[in-house]
Amino acid sequence: MKFVDEFRDAAVIGKAVEEIRRLADSGRHYRFMEVCGGHTHAIYRFGLKDLLPENIELIHGPGCPVCVLPMGRIDDGLAIAQEAGVIFTAFGDMMRVPGTHGSPLEHKARGVDVRIVYSPADALRLAELNPDRHVMFFAIGFETTAPSTALTLMRAKARGIRNFSVFCNHVTIIPGIRAILDSPDMRIDAFLGPGHVSTVIGCRPYEWIARNEHKPIVVSGFEPLDILQSVLMLLRQLGAGEARVENQYKRVTPWEGNRAALRAIGEVFELRNYFEWRGMGFISQSALRVRDSYADWDAERLFSVPGIRVTDPKAAQCGEVLKGVLKPAQCKLFGNECTPEHPVGALMVSSEGSCAAYHNYEHRKSLTNIAVPAVKGES
Amino acid sequence: MCLAIPARIIEFSSEQENRALVDVVGVRRHIDTGLLLDDPPRIGDWVLVHVGFAMSKVSEAEALEQIRMLTALGESDAARQEAEGYGSVPEVESS
Amino acid sequence: MSAAAPRLRFRDTQIEMAHGAGGKASRRLVEGLIAPLLLGGASEPLGDAAHVAFGNARIAITADSFVVKPLRFPGGSIGDLAVNGTVNDLAVSGAKPEALVVTYVIEAGLPTETLEAEVRAMADAAARAGVAIVGGDTKVVEHGKADHLYITTAGIGLPLPGVALSPKSVRPGDVVILSGPVGDHGITILLARGELDIVADLSSDTRSVFPFVEALAANVAPGLRWMRDPTRGGAATSLNELARDSGLCIALQEDGIPVRDAVRGACELLGLDPLQIANEGQFLAVVAPEYANQAIDVLHGAGCADAVVIGEVRAQPAGTVLGTTGYGGTRVIDMLVGDPLPRIC
Repeated sequence: MKFVDEFRDAAVIGKAVEEIRRLADSGRHYRFMEVCGGHTHAIYRFGLKDLLPENIELIHGPGCPVCVLPMGRIDDGLAIAQEAGVIFTAFGDMMRVPGTHGSPLEHKARGVDVRIVYSPADALRLAELNPDRHVMFFAIGFETTAPSTALTLMRAKARGIRNFSVFCNHVTIIPGIRAILDSPDMRIDAFLGPGHVSTVIGCRPYEWIARNEHKPIVVSGFEPLDILQSVLMLLRQLGAGEARVENQYKRVTPWEGNRAALRAIGEVFELRNYFEWRGMGFISQSALRVRDSYADWDAERLFSVPGIRVTDPKAAQCGEVLKGVLKPAQCKLFGNECTPEHPVGALMVSSEGSCAAYHNYEHRKSLTNIAVPAVKGES
Repeated sequence: MCLAIPARIIEFSSEQENRALVDVVGVRRHIDTGLLLDDPPRIGDWVLVHVGFAMSKVSEAEALEQIRMLTALGESDAARQEAEGYGSVPEVESS
Repeated sequence: MSAAAPRLRFRDTQIEMAHGAGGKASRRLVEGLIAPLLLGGASEPLGDAAHVAFGNARIAITADSFVVKPLRFPGGSIGDLAVNGTVNDLAVSGAKPEALVVTYVIEAGLPTETLEAEVRAMADAAARAGVAIVGGDTKVVEHGKADHLYITTAGIGLPLPGVALSPKSVRPGDVVILSGPVGDHGITILLARGELDIVADLSSDTRSVFPFVEALAANVAPGLRWMRDPTRGGAATSLNELARDSGLCIALQEDGIPVRDAVRGACELLGLDPLQIANEGQFLAVVAPEYANQAIDVLHGAGCADAVVIGEVRAQPAGTVLGTTGYGGTRVIDMLVGDPLPRIC
């Protein structure tokens, strides 16, 4: 696969790893936070932690839009789903996330019309094909996904498709990063920036991290070589005492972002004054809602929702794990009450949630001291 | 939020604006190119696809440059060893 | 001695689609509810077919039900699956499939030509597989009470001489063989449903694997330890079951696992893992290391051209399946939790 395989090339990865080992100051313990859940997933999927020296620690941040979604919002979405004639649509990521009365898939098993879509455009198409039903799209995601939802709403309005609405849970990444840096228990040396969010917002929004907080940030792609190169770039900055924003993901991410995408967001959405992030409390200006000009497509206005705030069980420490203060295994529920099959918090359900990822990795680490040489195949 | 893959544009829809057919190793899907209005892609261009929308173009030049730079990492080591002579002290050693 | 697998108590209050997906949820249902009640605390791990004493002989017996939408798809139809699925279960249990019985549960309103096509498909598949269909049953249910057509087949077979398969026979150092590319069937079905607007040149891999099993049995029987046909839940699920039942570690070299480009592309697009996708014409075999080369040669000679060694068995970490990339990164390959869901994150 072009633009994928080259970035998984074993020989080049070997070189990058060697350079990392050469550059890393063995007297120093590095704590790099990767903000984006996609990076968390990639790190585990590609086994990148095995390649890094012991003194480089990758900490998972709150950039998992499923993980930070409060349970009350899922309940609200599912309440709408149970209205007569409604078809509830969402990405696959949402389908097993528990609400108070079960996940979307569990609701589907009880007869609620719940359908997985790959794109908001699919949801709109469903509305066109089912004029006697109302299709509600449960929108999640950071700025990577918001433009697609926005454009879909613009298309709905332009085409006069009235049996379609969006329940908007889009969140914005910068306030999340701010909350991390404001947190007293934090000690992060540098950041791996979210490469795909940045295709929309560009690299400028991170400049305050370098300037005010004096932390380097490298906007990173998601292939093994991208992540490793970003680590290299962070090491070089730290070694030189620098704190800058750099763009590692140049083949895809423009420094200025995507203005058409930002225009679409601006046309359809506005910032909420505040929004609750699960485990992190209320954060101001951190989420989007549908503008008045699109009120007829705003599920929150078309339907009445319970709007009940659901707090996590006191024992669940999703918040501390989200902020990187605790490792997943340090949460008291980890592996006991809370497992991928019976998740208490969304960090255990989402494939990019650090608890789900760590559940497997932790299990393996606790069993042996494997050096893991490559398996010899038949050849 | 982050799952996006590079795909090649193979044709544009004649019926609908901003609709293109893309290909990834033989797998094809229609996508919306409406977010690339400011710099519309052409047939043969590679775009980054996320939830059925093209988010940006993929630059082959940048990709090649990145790979070249990373591949050269080992080479500069070798060049350094040549200059310093074999059996030189290893780069970073802790004490 | 390998550690005994913990007994699970089934806690869910209702049955979900996930319980039929072939992964962890399915395992919980079968082992936590069904097996304890029906199989009376059987100590042997559950396999694809049971070998029961029958007078002085042993016979292999198995059953499987087929529920697929759409009924017809590139590469085959529900009728093909119904024959090949049961034939394969018998084959990988180390038996020669002999005869099948079939039941049809038909939704009222199903066009006769649809039913006829499936019955013909079964007749053809049985002829190709060299098994006889010797009887069965038919029921019709009200419109809306079945998804067009459900088919169940039960099959019997004769255990192959010299073949004794069990996860408990597997040893560190044994070699893991995969018959061919994974993910073809599951992705074909996913695309055939048409909900994702994805098109690819892919077909189901449904076929009988008995000729290949027969070839192994004839040539490397003493070294043949375990086999499985990785259907729902994919190779990852089957290998996790082996790891758990044997108490050992299955270590795979990921770069060596055959996956067609189109399957790979679809999986990358949707965020799926080919190892967790269903197959209907593949099998996994664990073979003693001194027989590995011969096993591959024998399979190639028998027409299983893509058969390849994909990994090995180790002692640690117990009960785990690991995947190592060409550059030395390692991940745990887990079994499916519920259905494979496309993701965007």
